[in-house]
Amino acid sequence: MAETTAWWGALVLLAVLLVLAFAVAAFDAVLAARAAGRPTRTAAVEPVRTVAGLLVQQRRRTVAADSLLWRSAGLVLLVAGVLASAVTPLGRWAVSDLDVGIVWFNAMEIVAWAAVWLAGWGPNAAFSLVGGYRFVAQGLAYELPHMFALTTVAIGAGSLRVADVVAAQQGLWFVVWMPVAFVVYLVSVLAMSFTRPFDQATGSDLAGGTASELSGVDRLVHQAGQKVLLVSGAAMAVPLFLGGGAGPLLPDWLWSVVKTAAVLAVLTYAGRRTPTIRMDRFMEVAWMVLIPATLLQALFVSIVVI
Amino acid sequence: MTGYLLLASALFSVGLFGALSQQSIVMIMMGLELMINAVIVGGAAFWYYTAPERPDGQVVIVVAITAMAVEMAAGFAVTTAIFRARDVDMTDLAADLKD
Amino acid sequence: MDVVFWGCAVGAVASGIAVFRVDSMARATFALLASFVFAAVTVLLVDLTYLGVLVILMMIMEMVIMVVFMLMYMMNPAGLMPMSMLHNKKGALVISGATFAVLATGSILVDWPTTNARRPEDPTMALGEALMGPKMLTMVVLGLALFATIIATVVLATHRGRYDRYGDRLDRKRPDDPVRGGLGR
Repeated sequence: MAETTAWWGALVLLAVLLVLAFAVAAFDAVLAARAAGRPTRTAAVEPVRTVAGLLVQQRRRTVAADSLLWRSAGLVLLVAGVLASAVTPLGRWAVSDLDVGIVWFNAMEIVAWAAVWLAGWGPNAAFSLVGGYRFVAQGLAYELPHMFALTTVAIGAGSLRVADVVAAQQGLWFVVWMPVAFVVYLVSVLAMSFTRPFDQATGSDLAGGTASELSGVDRLVHQAGQKVLLVSGAAMAVPLFLGGGAGPLLPDWLWSVVKTAAVLAVLTYAGRRTPTIRMDRFMEVAWMVLIPATLLQALFVSIVVI
Repeated sequence: MTGYLLLASALFSVGLFGALSQQSIVMIMMGLELMINAVIVGGAAFWYYTAPERPDGQVVIVVAITAMAVEMAAGFAVTTAIFRARDVDMTDLAADLKD
Repeated sequence: MDVVFWGCAVGAVASGIAVFRVDSMARATFALLASFVFAAVTVLLVDLTYLGVLVILMMIMEMVIMVVFMLMYMMNPAGLMPMSMLHNKKGALVISGATFAVLATGSILVDWPTTNARRPEDPTMALGEALMGPKMLTMVVLGLALFATIIATVVLATHRGRYDRYGDRLDRKRPDDPVRGGLGR
């Protein structure tokens, strides 16, 4: 049911992802300014100022850094976010309609694990190493519930292809009868892109964690990669749980964008209201509460499908 | 088909060299992982070119992937235990059963 | 297709050799990851999309966890001094060279059977149905093996047992852990 775009569809995808990432950064800055009592009009253009400043800032070199691994880490993060969206349909159009689209999405966000760890290891600095290790611990915690949530979606649709998942939601959206999987998926999107409240990897108690030794273009690529990964995960929630491009009045691609923006707004707002969650505590909650919950959800969906 | 089997043999030989010559337990495990990688490539080649209508080749690949995971987990657990007991990770010094 | 295959083949073998040549443990692990990704791309080229993507997924996760352990145990993690941790290098080279010669000769000279059977258009579904049907024994054995591995590795690696955590008579209400978990246990 999904149509594959021409080769320039990839450029459109990149543009959409960057615009949404920018919007998320602006919304986050506005919320922070409102919480701090600062005027919000100047906060809304803060991402533009940040990008401009980082582009002209000098890059940093550290002693005995592993340059090859360090400089490539941010780029790998950004590429992972973009590739993960290669199977996400915008309405009816997808850059690639892989027949194992869900597994591909999962594989590309795992690349983010490697990228953040490399960003932590590369500069040969203590704080960034600790940040990288914190992210690996967070990854181990959220990954199994995330995989079970994706498996539940695949069971409900009977296929691993994202177009089939969208087609299977024509009667009832998956979010209605798989709410646990939806909530777990949203939590894991926040965790995979180390956004608040799961940003212990770049937390302020570590002087910035994995981002502590980055400056200039490296820092810009790292932060852009983080935001693009968040947008990519939220964009995938739309065809997986919220019915793709279905909706009454607007064209389907516009509905996809609107739903993605809504999911991003909810995630950013929830992140702003919650303090940073410590990984050792989250690990126990993830393994003892979230995994049985997702397994029960998968059992329920399997019984319904059969 | 020949190309795939050549790739599998090359990966297997590189892994064998690593598994035989390395001193550190974790490097030996890397060699073993390369050998199982060769098994995966060989299994895929045999499935595609010899019997694609049967699922047996794919099952072999699934078993090989599981074997890789099991081997890595068990290897690191054993290394942890040895390291706690003796504070080394060299296989030369773990030759207690050799008598 | 052939160009892609031979490129990936050369890349896989080259990064496999690089695993044992580089000095830094982090680079060795990621060289192994590169070798796995190249081999998985060759698996993708024979229409095994699910298994190829699965190998990429699992190997990235495994290598990230492995690099944590490699740095823990290996005394030259950052490559600050060149090291050559080999014993019996010549013997190993001879054995692996001979193995490669024998296997390569076999692969080139043997007349492999070809088939005219129809290739399935959904190998993933065929695999799933096989594992849940005629090959259910494989699935059960794999499940048991993984379960046994989980238990065995935890037993081998854990530093503190039940009696350390709950007291000599297992009578403490809360376990005596250095870091309390999130559920208040």
